[in-house]
Amino acid sequence: MGEEKAKKKEKIPRQPMPEQKPEVRKRNFDEVPLGLPSELAVKEAERCLQCKKPSCIEGCPVAIDIPAFIKLIKEQEFTKAIRKIWERNALPAVCGRVCPQEIQCEGSCILAKKGDPVAIGNLERFAADLEREFGKGDLPPKAAPTGKRVAVVGSGPSGLTVAGDLILKGHDVTVFEAFHKPGGVLVYGIPEFRLPKEIVYSEVNYLERLGVKLESNVVVGRTISVEELFEEGYDAIYIGVGAGLPRFLNIPGENLIGIYSANEYLTRANLMKAYLFPEYDTPIALGKDVVVFGAGNVAMDSARTAMRLGADRVRIVYRRSRQEMPARVDEIHHAEEEGIEFFLLTAPTRFLGDGEGRVTGVECLQMELGEPDESGRRRPVPVEGSEFQLECDLAVIAVGAGANPLLTQTTEGLELNKWGYIIADPETGKTTKKGVWAGGDIVTGQATVILAMGAGRLASDSIHQYLTWGW
Amino acid sequence: MFEILKRQEMADGTVVLNEISAPKIARNAKPGQFVMLKANETGERIPLTMADTNAKKGTLTVIYQVVGKSTALFKSLQVGDRFQDVIGPLGKPTHLEKVGTVLCVGGGTGVAVIHPITRGLKEIGNHVIAIIGARTKDLLILEDKMKAASHELHVCTDDGSYGHHGFVTDVLKEVLEKEDVKLVVGIGPVPMMKFVTKMTAEYNVKTLVSLNSIMVDGTGMCGCCRVSVGGKTQFACVDGPEFDGHLVDFDELGQRLDAYKQEEQRAYEKYLHECKLAQ
Repeated sequence: MGEEKAKKKEKIPRQPMPEQKPEVRKRNFDEVPLGLPSELAVKEAERCLQCKKPSCIEGCPVAIDIPAFIKLIKEQEFTKAIRKIWERNALPAVCGRVCPQEIQCEGSCILAKKGDPVAIGNLERFAADLEREFGKGDLPPKAAPTGKRVAVVGSGPSGLTVAGDLILKGHDVTVFEAFHKPGGVLVYGIPEFRLPKEIVYSEVNYLERLGVKLESNVVVGRTISVEELFEEGYDAIYIGVGAGLPRFLNIPGENLIGIYSANEYLTRANLMKAYLFPEYDTPIALGKDVVVFGAGNVAMDSARTAMRLGADRVRIVYRRSRQEMPARVDEIHHAEEEGIEFFLLTAPTRFLGDGEGRVTGVECLQMELGEPDESGRRRPVPVEGSEFQLECDLAVIAVGAGANPLLTQTTEGLELNKWGYIIADPETGKTTKKGVWAGGDIVTGQATVILAMGAGRLASDSIHQYLTWGW
Repeated sequence: MFEILKRQEMADGTVVLNEISAPKIARNAKPGQFVMLKANETGERIPLTMADTNAKKGTLTVIYQVVGKSTALFKSLQVGDRFQDVIGPLGKPTHLEKVGTVLCVGGGTGVAVIHPITRGLKEIGNHVIAIIGARTKDLLILEDKMKAASHELHVCTDDGSYGHHGFVTDVLKEVLEKEDVKLVVGIGPVPMMKFVTKMTAEYNVKTLVSLNSIMVDGTGMCGCCRVSVGGKTQFACVDGPEFDGHLVDFDELGQRLDAYKQEEQRAYEKYLHECKLAQ
């Protein structure tokens, strides 16, 4: 019977989201996908089979009740839909946009077995966007004040999730952010054309409406130490400071002018709005011939940013093959549509400069794939005598990020692993220091927004238990 | 927060002192550390080493030379105005140690930076000789304060309008010849620090410099401020800003400081033009 029902439902095809055309969008910073209009959203919601044992929920790291909110969209109860999502997720407009749904909720959708899964991400985004535009839907109910105080260090996805959870449970929550604006990677890393900053601030504002206090410009480890936070009367501390230490290639010439870490390039462009220079004061180099190293989402973001800043040519240089590229398929596709070229199986060996210290090119080696390495991916091996040069006047290094030691070095009793990440219980987020939890990239290394949020959710449950029952 | 409590123009108005309310920063700040400042919503983040802090009053003092748009904008702020964002204290504090005779050399606004270090070195019992320099007499800052912070003060001007006629390195050489100097701290423009370290290398005297590379976040997450020290890449904002001067690649630092010369000029000209229109 289920099968039959499935057949009937599948007749409605997955509703595509309208997008800006590549020729137009490649030169502007406006969002690429335009969002689903209500009719299409309702139509898409009708595709959901309302499974008795929904596997999509298992695929969601924060376990949103997906069939329930989709049913509400189908019934055009849009405000109720967003409230349903808020029960589990304080950042739906963000997650709807940046989650890799294909390997999470949508990847687990029963319809994916025979065709296109329900566009869960697009529907989540739809509900959140509608709420932001029109609704002042009632805030979710809050538990009675417990009198307990929690400090959250870092206002990225995991910290905001912890804050959103614990405030609903009645605790007094303050989030400390080192930058002058909250959001972490959501504001400094992910570009405007993928995630408009207004949306991040509005989700942060939602948390503030719930009662979360936010203190920007506080560098925990410098402005105030973790010990001092306890002295100030916080009962529990959550560390969600991310993996904000840029990795470089460690090849000669890397300090030439025009060579950026992706962190710097994207921070200038996104957080400091250098793409609006000189209206905004922060400058950014406008390369004509740009090379980006790496093939993750950060590399795609950097390449697409360079294109929008007026580059004639943008090339992505990656030492493995297409199959191993860690970026989302959608993002690779978007980049290609915008004219970004890919140089695969290519590894840089040194940068070349002019007499004034500016980069003029990069020398590379052709690679071939050898035996699988510890990550299970085939290890790239250089082809002898295959050196060649690529000209460039701007290079962005997007080969990953490590743990920033600023906080961990100034906090005693916090055990770290050999890469400098905080050791925390994967089930609870508990660290080796009493009263201190950690989660997100500072524990796992660079991962995704939603995994950081999932870690935050587990930790907030554990913190709540601690504040109620003890460690 | 971040209200300007005191404002003073020095060196013919080309250098400005701001005392800013920032209790949280003042509480933990130490000599040698810096702050990032951003004046307003559209502003950029600028690093300035603190010239002084007062934990009791909850204030910090910065002294800056007007060289472009942002510093000109800072200068336009009056007592009672606020910086939108001040972040700190950042960087490693100066390692203050009793070693005997130390020599503190400051050039230009570097004098503001070296002042708390000089005072700190004296307070823990060193014999402190200070040399400060400027292009001309009118541009000299903090002479009185440096006199109080040291046992012996030498003043130089490039044009001879005041004190010793010549560069700080001339006096540096004399002192190095005469005294058993255990440590030199040199802070100022890149060429000055380069020549100071070149000279102290000849005398084999340990030398600390404070590097002023371009910064964005100031917390180690971007690498904009990277410098080559002993052939290794270091981030001035978290590994420094102070380094062993004999290991620093000053030529690379000088080049990197010029990376945005055109953009800086463009922004400054636009600002000056808009100021003119506003009058």
